[in-house]
Amino acid sequence: MSILVYADTVNNKIQKSAFEAVSYASQIAEKEGKTVTVLVAGNTEEINNLGKYGADKVLQVKSDVLSSFQPTLIAKAMEVAAEEENAEIIVFSHDFSGKAITPILAANLNAGAVTSAVALPDTSNGFVVKKSVFSGKAFANVAIKTAIKIIAITPNSIESRIFDKNCTVEDFNPEIGNSRLKVIGQQMESIDLPLTEATKVVSAGRGLKGPENWGMIEELAKVLGAATACSRPVSDMGWRPHHEHVGQTGIAIRPNLYLAIGISGAIQHLAGVNQSKVIVVINTDPEAPFFKAADYGIVGDAFEVVPKLIEAAKSMDINTSN
Amino acid sequence: MKILVCISKAPDTTAKIAFTDDNTKFDKDGVQFIINPYDEWYALVKGLEIKEAQGGSVTVINVGTTENDSTIRKALAIGADDAVRVDMEPKDALNTAKQIANYAKENNFDLILAGKETIDYNGSQIGGMIAGFLDIPFISNASKMEMEGNKASIERDIQGGIEQIEIEAPFVLSASQGMAEARIPNMRGIMAARTKPLNVIEPVDFENTTEILSYELPPAKGECKYVDADHPAELLELLKNEAKII
Repeated sequence: MSILVYADTVNNKIQKSAFEAVSYASQIAEKEGKTVTVLVAGNTEEINNLGKYGADKVLQVKSDVLSSFQPTLIAKAMEVAAEEENAEIIVFSHDFSGKAITPILAANLNAGAVTSAVALPDTSNGFVVKKSVFSGKAFANVAIKTAIKIIAITPNSIESRIFDKNCTVEDFNPEIGNSRLKVIGQQMESIDLPLTEATKVVSAGRGLKGPENWGMIEELAKVLGAATACSRPVSDMGWRPHHEHVGQTGIAIRPNLYLAIGISGAIQHLAGVNQSKVIVVINTDPEAPFFKAADYGIVGDAFEVVPKLIEAAKSMDINTSN
Repeated sequence: MKILVCISKAPDTTAKIAFTDDNTKFDKDGVQFIINPYDEWYALVKGLEIKEAQGGSVTVINVGTTENDSTIRKALAIGADDAVRVDMEPKDALNTAKQIANYAKENNFDLILAGKETIDYNGSQIGGMIAGFLDIPFISNASKMEMEGNKASIERDIQGGIEQIEIEAPFVLSASQGMAEARIPNMRGIMAARTKPLNVIEPVDFENTTEILSYELPPAKGECKYVDADHPAELLELLKNEAKII
């Protein structure tokens, strides 16, 4: 019996969220006495890092048809792997890749799936997984009732443990067919740190008054080792790219630090960030609703406070690793 | 082009989230329900734009009980031609997707559109599951789409960036922000919606694969600790030594 994990790669680099999914699976495996098999597509050189996070065995798919993102075909490969490996539990990250593949596989296998999961399964009575619902405003405990159970874990929601195993690597070439979907172009974010993977995020809103004032936001993010984000109005007005928009209609994130500057904290914005471990709010308006959700706050003008923060951060020993 | 748009009913984005019956049921008291914004603003309006450009029809489908009818009428007021409601209490994503896939299969749609997720259960599951059941491609988190005849050019979010793809119908697409501009129903649309067909169909047999046992609210936040605006360095000290996150 095994636990099967999908490890996503971007430009042949295994994603941080994928290592988290492997570590999550390994924590279940340790408790339930199972082994962990990881399926990875592409010629990545980081295979041994999968062992570090607890993989016992890696199935490497080198098929050319998977050189572009083909969720239907990856779901098919996972289906074949699940059967060969006798997998009872299948784990994905609930990132853009997982959101595409998980539901296809669930339908193919007629298996119950819990996505946006935030904790290890409770197996004391059945198989129950806690997931985030109502856009981060609540949690639900969901029982999976099928023999095969699929979980998609929200990035940065569990501690990644190190297992330091030596994993075996096998070429895996299942019959997965072809896809009608043709990829004709890509624009990868030039930043090193995708927002969904960042453990620290500096975010700014309309209080910044215009896109020309984002220099200090980017600099603060840089000295803290953080990614940048923005509120919806800022993305709607085109001050910042839409992939930076966090909130109910943008993306939901749960970094360790969310530092919000010049954002009032409308309920729709909070929905995307309220699971952050620590929220810091800087706003001129002491009545801004965001302060009610904040752990730390500064009532003050961003144009005065942020440059001082940057100066102070430069003279401090700050852990900028992600 | 024959287009099917999946719509879900969701609590208004400003609704207070609370639970009853020993935290096993969502408290609907005083909550206003809307069409899930991703379904309405992006999937439905995109479907209407395609129909307006090249003809065809837009059918909306919902899995739910009769209490959903007013929400479904709103989709008709915005411009859908007709609606189908699968008459059952939706409790499991796979079951809901099975019902929609079954209807879609019998009625040969060219395009099936859904929102990228619902704002209540945040599963991002229905679209992909329908694609899985129908064995047709699934384009997730799409933020742009142009259609010429049967051929679509689409932009979708992938890990680390965006990607342009091309594909011919039929396929299933889940829509995110950017896909279309929200439309507000006008008086004529609202009047017309009253007489548009809303067909109620019986569900097919399918066992639920998951079950929500209970809900919980996040632990209450402590008081916000304020730092003097003249000494922001203190904030960094707190983040480093107290919160230990930088």
